[in-house]
Amino acid sequence: MSTQSPSAPAGSGDPVRSAMGEPDPGGRFGRFGGRFVPETLMPACIELEAAFREAWADPGFRSELDGLLRDYAGRPSPVTECHRLSAELGVRVLLKREDLNHTGSHKINNVLGQALLTRRMGKRRLVAETGAGQHGVATATAAALMGFECTVYMGEVDMERQKLNVFRMRLLGAEVRPASSGSRTLKDAVNEAMRDWVATVETSHYCLGSVMGPHPYPWMVRELHRVLGDEARQQSRALLDGADPDVVVACVGGGSNAAGIFSGFADTAAQLVGVEPAGGAAVGAGVPGVVHGMASFLMQDEWGQVEEAHSISAGLDYPGVGPEHAHLADIGRATYHPVTDDEVINAFQVLSRTEGIIPALEPAHALAWVIREAPSLAGRTVLVNLSGRGDKDVAQMMDILEGEL
Amino acid sequence: MSLDLPPIEATAPGRLETHLRQRRDAGAKLLVPYLTGGLGDWTEVVRAVADAGADAVEIGIPFSDPVMDGPTIQAASERALVEGTTPATVFADLRRVDAGVPLVAMTYYNLVFHMGDERFAGEMAEAGFSGMILPDVPMEEQGPWRAAADAAGIETVLLAGPITPDDRLAAVCERSRGYVYGVNLMGVTGERASLGQQAATLASRLKAATDKPVLMGFGVSNPEQAVEVAAVSDGVIVGTALVRRILDGGGPEAAHQFIASLRSALDES
Repeated sequence: MSTQSPSAPAGSGDPVRSAMGEPDPGGRFGRFGGRFVPETLMPACIELEAAFREAWADPGFRSELDGLLRDYAGRPSPVTECHRLSAELGVRVLLKREDLNHTGSHKINNVLGQALLTRRMGKRRLVAETGAGQHGVATATAAALMGFECTVYMGEVDMERQKLNVFRMRLLGAEVRPASSGSRTLKDAVNEAMRDWVATVETSHYCLGSVMGPHPYPWMVRELHRVLGDEARQQSRALLDGADPDVVVACVGGGSNAAGIFSGFADTAAQLVGVEPAGGAAVGAGVPGVVHGMASFLMQDEWGQVEEAHSISAGLDYPGVGPEHAHLADIGRATYHPVTDDEVINAFQVLSRTEGIIPALEPAHALAWVIREAPSLAGRTVLVNLSGRGDKDVAQMMDILEGEL
Repeated sequence: MSLDLPPIEATAPGRLETHLRQRRDAGAKLLVPYLTGGLGDWTEVVRAVADAGADAVEIGIPFSDPVMDGPTIQAASERALVEGTTPATVFADLRRVDAGVPLVAMTYYNLVFHMGDERFAGEMAEAGFSGMILPDVPMEEQGPWRAAADAAGIETVLLAGPITPDDRLAAVCERSRGYVYGVNLMGVTGERASLGQQAATLASRLKAATDKPVLMGFGVSNPEQAVEVAAVSDGVIVGTALVRRILDGGGPEAAHQFIASLRSALDES
């Protein structure tokens, strides 16, 4: 193991001592993480870790990825100051605009990195899971760009909730396969993707969409999203005369957008806040478990059977959470709070009306927390990661708000 | 890359390995059926397959998210869970069974982790289990479970697959207890029309690496395949083909008949 992470952002200090540095050699963030996979997948996990470590230290790889992020995905995404919303809440609200990326969310950052890595490993097929469809669309997009085959697993329930994204993936040339067991949502799509990968690991790369799963995924996916946190730190300092925001807020399902933005601020004084759906609050429930290759907090019954998450947002309907979030909660560096579907529906409309920005339901969770906590945040500066745009959710919201508008 | 594995205590062969070695050394090909615990009158099926010539029986303790299992065992697990199966009901039911052959549990780690390694291993031993298979716990993550299992006298069976590299395969053979579980194919459990050369290749590699009993599983659907796989190994594990018969409404008699057909094919081979 190298002692120096090539991925440390400038100015973040010693990466080994960073609150969000590398996990230990076994892939542990404190007591969470690890690599709980079948022996048949261990060679692939070990190969992937080595390939990522080597690629991430390779200036050629980094510059090719940076080029794609700039010329294809449209990075850097701006930070927008919300004047009307700030006036309404009495809180200075900044938005990191990941909704403006190609494919409409932060997911593209991770996927472009993993697609380049796939090519580097000599593989030509991507397997992915998706909840709301944003990661599936991003993966299908990268596969089209690189000329790869692509299979996306999606829970049957989510396919119904997010028909537009299903069509989008098919338009991009991907095959969308329904996950029809269990709760038929994101957790079951992960199960199906892992089953596919066990059978095809020699030719396929599992393009996991969040900071979860076995090592190296939680670390690798966070590093691939670090770009948004690094940008946001610089952009906020430019706006705030060199200061950092008081609070950095992001929604958390698996936790990839939160990991990206937190990584830019972990070594500053900013307070880090993750917002979970009340019906899928893995950190909030606080019970450790092992599933999908990792030890983390996990919603489960008295016997350890995994429970189903329920929320208005398919992208956050996940009963677990990335292991680094469990660790950040453990050490107190970040706090995690639940919001209800009703608060989310309100936040979705508030941002639309005050700023002309229709957010995805996922980051509407982060906004909902800011709106609720506005009295205690009065006079402070809050940076919200607006991880995706709301186009995909408009049909669902039309049903929910029917007659009210 | 060198392996960095948690230390394990040296142990003498336990009841499971001793029994299988004796059978093998007496000239038998080993036959180990798998069935899902809690599914219908499953304890009767355990007795029936033991009576039909099984050398040990694997019992799945159903988990909500069985990532190494194909559609049949997924369906069996879901049904068993709906019927109220828990680790405790499996243990309680088994205390009333004397199958006459060693019993091996197969489950996923969260059930163990949630109850606690020591308590789970202790309750398994008390219920009459001799061995344990945890497909989602590779050698690197085995420390806490292994210590608890060894202390409780539970033999932890490890798996190796067709693409397991030589250094890991050697470590699996060294660390596995009871038997070594060779995974015939890349993929999840479930019947396959043919097993291909990779099963035989893996079996040969395992046999060359260890004197422990080598059993091959995944995909074995019928007597012909059982004979084919057992020709280069010490025997076979048959799961989905049995579970499918139970899901289709077959009771202990159907299970007995199927396992007896495998037994006689292996005995005649």
